[in-house]
Amino acid sequence: MAAATKFDLKLGAATREAFGKTLALIARTNPDVVVCDADLSKSTNTHFFAKEFPDRFFSCGIAESNMVAIGAGLAYGGKIPFVSSFSAFVMNKGFEQLRVTVAYPNLNVKVVGTHSGISIGEDGPSQMSIEEIALACSLPGFVVLSPADEVSMAALMHLATAHVGPVFIRAGRMKAPVVYRADRKFEIGKAIEVIDGSDVTIIGTGLLLAEAVRAAETLESEGISTRVMDIHTVKPIDRDAIARAAAETGAIVVAEEHLVDGGLGVRVAQVVAETNPCVMEFVGIQNTFAESASPEELLDKYGLLARDVAAAARKAVARKRA
Amino acid sequence: MPETKSLEELQVIARRVRREIVEMIYEAKSGHPGGSLSAVETLISLYFQVMRHDPKNPKWKDRDRFILSKGHACPVLYAVMAECGYTPVDQLNTLRKMGSIYQGHPDVRFIPSLDASTGSLGEGVSLAIGMGLAARLNGSPSRTFAMLGDGEIQEGQVWEAAMFGAFHKMDNVVAIVDYNHIQLDGFVKDIMEVAPLADKWKAFGWHVISVDGHSIPALETAFAEAAATKGVPTVVIANTVKGKGVSFMENNPKFHGMAPTADEFRLAMQELQ
Repeated sequence: MAAATKFDLKLGAATREAFGKTLALIARTNPDVVVCDADLSKSTNTHFFAKEFPDRFFSCGIAESNMVAIGAGLAYGGKIPFVSSFSAFVMNKGFEQLRVTVAYPNLNVKVVGTHSGISIGEDGPSQMSIEEIALACSLPGFVVLSPADEVSMAALMHLATAHVGPVFIRAGRMKAPVVYRADRKFEIGKAIEVIDGSDVTIIGTGLLLAEAVRAAETLESEGISTRVMDIHTVKPIDRDAIARAAAETGAIVVAEEHLVDGGLGVRVAQVVAETNPCVMEFVGIQNTFAESASPEELLDKYGLLARDVAAAARKAVARKRA
Repeated sequence: MPETKSLEELQVIARRVRREIVEMIYEAKSGHPGGSLSAVETLISLYFQVMRHDPKNPKWKDRDRFILSKGHACPVLYAVMAECGYTPVDQLNTLRKMGSIYQGHPDVRFIPSLDASTGSLGEGVSLAIGMGLAARLNGSPSRTFAMLGDGEIQEGQVWEAAMFGAFHKMDNVVAIVDYNHIQLDGFVKDIMEVAPLADKWKAFGWHVISVDGHSIPALETAFAEAAATKGVPTVVIANTVKGKGVSFMENNPKFHGMAPTADEFRLAMQELQ
């Protein structure tokens, strides 16, 4: 197939920017939307909302635990709070509050963690979140979203706002390649088959979806028919799409900018084990913190490029055929 | 709202609530009697004198709200809410048992008329501020009260919330510290001193009212002063005795989180007649 003509993967906006702009847009027609931020609004991009709706924007200072619980109080009061900071801070410093004040009473709080993954670059590991998918998925009742580009972020923001209940949305710092056409339809919990194929399935999420598409193009040229699937909703996960991919291609690679421990890969593996067991390979961060460098250098060093995804796919196909 | 009651009637209710607390915990064979008994008068003042609420319409949008941040003291909240008619009095003794609405800590999934689920210490003032912000945005007269333990204020989040509350002029929020001087491991002064309590809250920009937490008229006056205080949030420091009303539980750290034995139960019920 002529994949290269379908996906030019031009750099678009960062998912954090798409989040911030869509948030302001949604707030124009939804007066219940309010925002809490912890002194990072210029980075998370909630400043677009703050400028337009100062009365509905609450700067909580550098105090994430308090911010999350204030979000819970706002939700008890009937508001739709978007609580935002770097993933590393809102998820780790706010986790206890997410657990007891948000998840436990199942409140309508939306948590948006930006600067996820190692592609934030030079600031280094203290600011990089590589575990928040695991954390978010461990909160009963949470919907966990991991959009790949500006199109999916915008669409999923609308869906997250309409969804009644707690949602975590993962956003990145760097500009993300655009995978989707602007009119693409999304549904929470429904994976998208980006490319069809029969020898192996690559499941990508977030920034790694574009790498999966690039890997598929290489693999196609080698005669390996590659299916690419976007799991933008990590929880609830699309069991049917995964079971089908396992049955129809017999080999699955999961690629994510997250620790392999507790990430999307292990969640996919659970579904595969419960439905149609098949060969699997995992592309992600292997039991380590990263370091300071440019995003490109880090993705290269920690094995998160199309080259790494393609290698994992070749290995999976070889194991399947062995 | 519950009908107005005389001081004498409220004191009768207080005594009955104390008996209910002791009996619930005795039947459950576990629970937290000390900090439940210290908070009785505060909750009675709030639910029967101060808060605008309607047990027949628990989701009334403009109601005043109460958050038991020290969630382990839920027996007192359950007993007072049952006295108000929110929940059945005759099921109080199912506390902590399988299938009971009276969970070990307040849980809105089981009692939807509760204003918040709590149990992890340090979170109530933040929740109250969130509710206060929502009320402000809605133009609602709703006010929110959050009761904390004195040991609880060792949690850093309390002070994050205190800073926010003063900075954002949350005058529709009232924090209450049940200052009974005892926490699980012993006396607060020996575990992690919180004094000078009033000075700390003042330094954080709160209006501070110190009151006898076992005097219903004094509490009513304090809450009236809180309501009249504009531009800053108020904290009511309720000076109380842990285990109040049962001689051998008073000021006794052992009864922070222990149920009475059969003999202790009989003795306590005699004292509370």
